Parts: sequence; structure tokens; C-alpha cells
Amino acid sequence: MKKFFRVLYIGLIFTFLYIPILTLIVLSFNDTKTMGVWKGFTWDWYLEIFTNAQIIEAFWNTLIIALVSAVVATVVGVAACVGIQALRHRTQQLVLQVTNIPLLNAEIVTAISLMLAFGLFGISLSMGTVLFSHITFCLPYVILNVLPKLRQSGMHIYEAALDLGASPVRAFFSVVLPDIMPGVTSGFLMAFTMSVDDFVVTYFTRGAGINTLSTLIYSQVKVGIRPSIYALSTIIFVIVLIVLIVANVLPDITAARKKGENS
Amino acid sequence: MNKRKLLAGPYLAIVLCGTIIPLLAILYYGFTDRAGQFTLANITAVTEPENAKALGLSLLLALICTVICLLLAYPIGLLLRRTKGEKKGLIIFVLILPMWMNFLLRTMAWKALLANTGVINAILEAVGLPGINIINTPAAVVLGMVYDFLPFMILPIYNVMIKIDNSLIEAAQDLGSNGFQVLTRIILPLSVPGIISGVTMVFVPAMTTFAISNILGGGKIYLIGNIIEQDFLMGLRQTGSGLSLVIMVFILISMALINKFDKNGEGSML
Repeated sequence: MKKFFRVLYIGLIFTFLYIPILTLIVLSFNDTKTMGVWKGFTWDWYLEIFTNAQIIEAFWNTLIIALVSAVVATVVGVAACVGIQALRHRTQQLVLQVTNIPLLNAEIVTAISLMLAFGLFGISLSMGTVLFSHITFCLPYVILNVLPKLRQSGMHIYEAALDLGASPVRAFFSVVLPDIMPGVTSGFLMAFTMSVDDFVVTYFTRGAGINTLSTLIYSQVKVGIRPSIYALSTIIFVIVLIVLIVANVLPDITAARKKGENS
Repeated sequence: MNKRKLLAGPYLAIVLCGTIIPLLAILYYGFTDRAGQFTLANITAVTEPENAKALGLSLLLALICTVICLLLAYPIGLLLRRTKGEKKGLIIFVLILPMWMNFLLRTMAWKALLANTGVINAILEAVGLPGINIINTPAAVVLGMVYDFLPFMILPIYNVMIKIDNSLIEAAQDLGSNGFQVLTRIILPLSVPGIISGVTMVFVPAMTTFAISNILGGGKIYLIGNIIEQDFLMGLRQTGSGLSLVIMVFILISMALINKFDKNGEGSML
């Protein structure tokens, strides 16, 4: 009985989380632009993705911005972690507190503060300002993922490598980096995800005419969203689902099988 | 060794240009008028009836949303506490996956679901129940907030729950604690850090959102975020900055309260 309620509760929460997603997938096959009614099945919206220039451009913008800002944030962030470790304890604490600001601050405040600063220095809003802003809010995710790993790995192996005659650069790339790689990967993935999902910062820091998927969707909220956006989102969702299944569930299953074979 | 410090240079430059200077820019605009003269008018603008009402509503809805998220998420943490390591990845996966569908779209989906002629009402009608008319009301906005921010409450609570040592619970049971005592005296105090981080991660975005209220409130519900967005769209940088400073004060107050609560919570643990 207890188990029944447990499963029921978790089931209800997961239903709550997935109902809107199911709705969007259904709407991507709906033969009408109106949201509330079902007018029959169609593939049209999926075909339209490839001809709608606005959607194609927004998709590439989203992808390029996320990729560039995640790569830059990861490189700058990893270098920063190595540098931060060499700082005095007090300075380290101060730097880490400032690192936390974008994480704790409200998105809208981060967004308008950046916009105002660009204005104050006469930098006109463009793709560059969006990229810089994304790098800024992505960096804390990299640092918070990498720094603990670097602290765990300790400087001993680095120093050991130096004693054995490696140059500092070689010691970092062939000894320290492999050790902190899990942190670097998760930092990169978090930065990438945050950038893809961002709406508020892009909305306030983009130049005229630049759209990511988020800002394109927001601009269509009042007039009605083009169902091809549902179609594109469904495709992205399914791709991520497959990638995550391969990355997460398969190792679990094979591990479980091996265990089963062994016992 | 000294050369290594230089590696932090690019990051510190980005922090300076991307975090510190922009915050100073908000301060500058918040405390000056259009002619660049010092003024408090942008800050006191929050007492204007329209703005004060929006701020009050934002605080209220964010509070309701945070409480609902906590009530929904805590039992999940409890239920998932016993899940084995292999399943952990799967659960986090299931919680994070919805975030890969753009949050504006997921919020739009609720608009379709909740509409007076929408899916939920059609189902309710089919089984002979009265329909719900909550679209374009604060209730719909709270639902959207709970939906969007619930994972931010579940994950930190779950993360502290799985770290609770089972032997502590067994020890309490051996010493004669019943299930309720185990919950209130062992699990609850030990999960305080997770609760606190969940509360901040839900309260701050809920209080400052403007997209959710815009979509599910049908443009009729004005939260403080909507007012700030409007100000900037109309070019009222000074007023928008003043109101942003006011919400920053609220964010700082809530963080300070939470910090204090955290210390007390940890104190009572001893």
C-alpha cells in the first residue's frame, strides 16, 4: 500500500512535468495554427522548418552563441581556476564571492545591467554583446564545476610532473587536465545548456533583428506561435533524449547486466 | 608560481567588465535623472500605486510558488532518498530532460492546456466535472512558476537527502524513535541546506519573472518584472534601474534571512 502511494505520487509529479511537453509534440502534428483545437494530422510543420528562413536563422544563432560562449567560458574558466588557486586565501574568497553574483542575481537585473553598461560605453548592441553577456553568465558554471575537482586533484601530481622534468604546460595538459576532465565536461555542458535555454539576457542585450529561438518565440507569443517551432523543438527534444539515453541509461544497464552475470 | 596567477587575468577582466561595471551602471542610472543629476525619484517610484501593487503581487506570488514547490518537492526527496546509485542518473535525467524544451514554449503549452476551451476543460467536461477558469489569473501564473521552477527545488533537496547516512536513521530507530520523530529530528534538520538552496533558487526567479506572467496572465497581470521590462521598452532607463535596485534589495534581504535561518538550522543540528 505504501509502495502504491509512493509510485502514484512520483507518477503524478512526472506527469505534471511532462504534460506540456506531450502537448507541444501533439501540436507539432496539428493541421492548424490555432493552439486549442485538433484539426487532423500533418507533417507540414516539419517540412516548413527547412523553408522558414526566420526559424533557420534563429536556430543557428542559438547554436552558435551557445557553442562559442560555452567554449570560451570553458577555456577562460579552467585557466582562471588554475590562477585562482595561486592567489592568497583572502583574495580567493573575494573572487569566488564575485563569481557567485550572476548565479544568485535575478536574470532581469543581470540582463539590464549589461545592457546599460554597453550603452554607457557607447557599444551598440549586436551579436558581440550577446556573446559577451552569455560568456559572463556561463563562466560561474564552469568555475564551480572545475575548481572543486582541481582542489581534489591537488597540486602534488602537478609538482611531481615538474620534478620529473615536464614543462609547466606539459604537466598541466598531460597530468592535471585528464584528472579534472569530468568537472570540465560538466561545466561545459551546463554552460551550453544555460546558454541555449536563456531568454532574458539575450532579449535585453541583442541588437536589432538578431533572434535566438527564445526571443523568436517570445515575439510570437501575442500573434500566435508558428507550429514549425513546435516541430523544431520536438526534433531537438528527441535528439537530446536519445543522446541522454545513450550517455546515461546504457552504462547503467550494461553495469547492471555485468553485475547479474557475475553474481 | 607568480606566473600562474596571470591565468586568472582574462577571467578577472570579464568579471570586471561583465559583472562589476554593469552593476555600477545600474547604480548610476538608478540614482540620476535624465540630465545626469543625483535624484532619489527613481527609487521612490516604487511607492507609486501601480508599482507598489506590482511589487506586492510579485512577492506574494513568489512566496506562494516557493511554498508549493517545497511541499511538492520534499516528499519526492524523501521517496527518492532510498533509490540506489544506478537509478540516481535516471531520476536526474527525467527531471532535467523537460528543460531541453524551451521554457517559453512549455509555458505556452500550459496556456493551451488551461484555456477556457482548452484540453483540461474538455477532459473535465467529458467526465462531467465543472470546468476551471484560471487562465489569465494569478493562479495560472503561479502554476506556470511552479512548473518552471519545481526542478530547481527538487534537485538540491534530493542531493542532500541521498547524502544522509542511513546508519543515523537506524540508530534513531534503535533508540526508539518512530517514523515521525526520525523525519522531524533527523532528516529534516539534515536537509536544511538543500531546502535553503532550493528556496533561493525558486524564490528569486519567481519574484522577478516577466515572461511567465505575460504569457499566462494574458498581459493583464503586472509583476515587478513586467513593469521593469515596460520601462526599458519605453526607454525609461532611469526608472527601470531604480526599480531594479529595489528588487535587488529584496533579493539581498531574502538571502540574508535565509543565511540567518541556515545558521540557526545548523545550530539546532548539534
